[in-house]
Amino acid sequence: MSQKLNVRNITENEYFYGHKACGGCGESLALRLALKVLGDEAYLSLPAGCMAAVSFIYPNMAFKNNAIITPFASTAAVTTGVEAGLRALGKKKPLAVGFAGDGGTADIGIQALSGAIDRGEKFIYICTDNEAYMNTGIQKSGLTPFGAATTTTPAGREIRGNINFKKNMFEIVAAHGITYAATASIGYLDDMINKIQKAKDADGPSYIHIYAPCPTGWGCGSEISVDLGKQVVDNGLWYLAEYENGEFKVNRNPDTFEPVAPYLKRQGRFKHLEESDITMIESIRDQKWEYIRNNWV
Amino acid sequence: MNDKFLNGNEAVAYGVLLAKPHVVAAYPITPQTKAVEKISQFVQDGDLDCEYMHVESEHSAMACSIGASSVGARTFTATSSQGLLYMLECLPYASGARLPIVMMNANRAIATPWNIYGDQMDIMYALNSGWVQLFVEDAQEALDVTLQAFKLAEHKDVLAPVVVNLDGFVLTHTYEKVSIPASSEVDAFLPPIAKYDHIMSDEHPMSMCISAGNHQNQGFKQLQHEALFNAEGVFETIEREFSTQFGRAYGGAVDSYRMDDAEIAMLTTGSVTGTARVVVDELRREGIKAGLIKLRMVRPFPTKRLLEVVADLKGLVVFDKNVSFGYEGTIFTNVNSALMQSGKMLKVENVIGGLGGRDIPHHEIKSAYMNLIDKKNSKQVRFSDEEVTA
Amino acid sequence: MKNFKMSPKPVLKSLNDYPMGSSMPSFHITEGNAGWRVYRPVINHEKCVSCYRCYYVCPDGAIHKEEDNSFHVDYDFCKGCGVCAHECKLKAIDMVKEA
Repeated sequence: MSQKLNVRNITENEYFYGHKACGGCGESLALRLALKVLGDEAYLSLPAGCMAAVSFIYPNMAFKNNAIITPFASTAAVTTGVEAGLRALGKKKPLAVGFAGDGGTADIGIQALSGAIDRGEKFIYICTDNEAYMNTGIQKSGLTPFGAATTTTPAGREIRGNINFKKNMFEIVAAHGITYAATASIGYLDDMINKIQKAKDADGPSYIHIYAPCPTGWGCGSEISVDLGKQVVDNGLWYLAEYENGEFKVNRNPDTFEPVAPYLKRQGRFKHLEESDITMIESIRDQKWEYIRNNWV
Repeated sequence: MNDKFLNGNEAVAYGVLLAKPHVVAAYPITPQTKAVEKISQFVQDGDLDCEYMHVESEHSAMACSIGASSVGARTFTATSSQGLLYMLECLPYASGARLPIVMMNANRAIATPWNIYGDQMDIMYALNSGWVQLFVEDAQEALDVTLQAFKLAEHKDVLAPVVVNLDGFVLTHTYEKVSIPASSEVDAFLPPIAKYDHIMSDEHPMSMCISAGNHQNQGFKQLQHEALFNAEGVFETIEREFSTQFGRAYGGAVDSYRMDDAEIAMLTTGSVTGTARVVVDELRREGIKAGLIKLRMVRPFPTKRLLEVVADLKGLVVFDKNVSFGYEGTIFTNVNSALMQSGKMLKVENVIGGLGGRDIPHHEIKSAYMNLIDKKNSKQVRFSDEEVTA
Repeated sequence: MKNFKMSPKPVLKSLNDYPMGSSMPSFHITEGNAGWRVYRPVINHEKCVSCYRCYYVCPDGAIHKEEDNSFHVDYDFCKGCGVCAHECKLKAIDMVKEA
């Protein structure tokens, strides 16, 4: 068992610098810290999305690592192609890592991700989830939560925001019998970086789903992205869990949740919500946690 | 060297075996399947030491190939028809990144109506993808060109992906005697893939498939365009080397048959060439000065070479196994453009045939030639069955 | 990042100046992000206890530690998002309006 990682013992080197992400971008924080755990040796694949758009703009290259932008649907396919290529060329234990957002993972990239996990070779896939297509201007994705207003699910007169529920990527991935999967949040960074270390050590495919607030798309101050990442775990709308050796485990199981309203009210995307919507959001949360407590604890 | 009785698919598989790729990523589709089945057999039997990636789609077949090639692996894939269209998005990625991937395409009809048989509609969708496009006529040529394709793609002055086109069923499933070169001889012809500076490596971390804004993007494209032109000359050099070593030659980008004193000719791509050859011989016996032009490379388009071959012609008919709906056959469009560049006003006609695996009978080819002389059919662009009904 | 040096901007006068394919050497950073800032974080070293929090949460990696354990902002790359100040438990970072 390796030593637990924390901010003091991870490297001071930066591997992601000078990028053009918006101020307070949760995704870029997740990537920056993930790379401190993964190090120089990681070969990165990123689809056309925010993180690619902010870091590969000729002539400004923000990644220190080898990195490639993939076709949108192909993060996991290119990642495993890199892995297979390096292995075939004789490299011992190549470290190929895919980074994609929620749309790139849960919508257009889910087929390639499923196929790649199914092949069973080692690779790491990190989904930074900011709950909509932010790079194209805040359109609904399969991971947009109930109630959220996006530019394609606006708070209209008839329909107030998104009326679908967030797709459950963590359990979809786990259902493949993946070697290691986990959820994380930029509000709980020690938890997050240790899960990335576990993925690095895993002897097979691994998947980390990181909750990564987007101030631009969520309509909030850039300074509160990390705070929102903590609040969403404390109020139970997001959970920290792992899937390992065929079993689920929940990392934080609070006796009581913080109320959801203060979290929702800080974000422009939820400002149209009425009392009944908030009650609905709480009931979705409570059902999920009943399931988690009955099955994972 | 030994001889085997192989179909076109298997001939390509033997080419791949001899080329020793590091990675093969492929998804099955009729009529390409026998090629990837045979390659899998080589891998499972331990005859070919490579990573065989069982991908879940053609899109991922090309994406995995891009990943593998972007770290320097020699990479092969194969597809057909709808599969090619499904991976189409990834083709310019590979060529823009200058990745020397080699692909076999079993030319097949495009839906709808659904049809699994051969025509060349599929690859025409990829004409602007930045890939070198080669067409072969028989199984021996399929094997030989597969070997040449790796050398061509990996050449420092080319560095472009290459697709080798085989007509579905007519070529992929027809058995012929094929001479298989000795592995040691192939090794001498096709050395291991070089290390390139523009791809990812531990020594020099690279950022690939970057974005370039409106001020620079066109420059990147222009550079790629100019490099692709190099493929024609390099292909001819490679073929000469191949010929010296293995004793077989195919005529480079544009092969010609009985063209020396020809007054009329047909231009073909792929397996229909065989039928046309027979027709040319027959016409010659009847005293008609007929010739045949076999276009082996469609991108880059060998304009100069083609103009040399047609210099003394009076009439040319282009046989297209594809149609660009609402216009004409695509090869015809390309040939016409080349002729315009020369200022030569040659009488050209276009016959579209063989779609969805429709038989291309001898008499249709013959009447296509004859129409250049007797002008029975006044339509410049027509389908092959109109040849006989006119 | 400590002592970070920017790379020169390439000059494209002819096609020969373009890089091969669509590839560039990694970590080729030609310009900063200082112009994005409306407020600048100023670390009050009297109050700061070097808890690492600001360095940890900076999405841009623009805060680094010196040998004397003090933390400093790379103002070439800080975008002024304010996460560091918001997360600082001792309120040791002030967001000061840029002149």
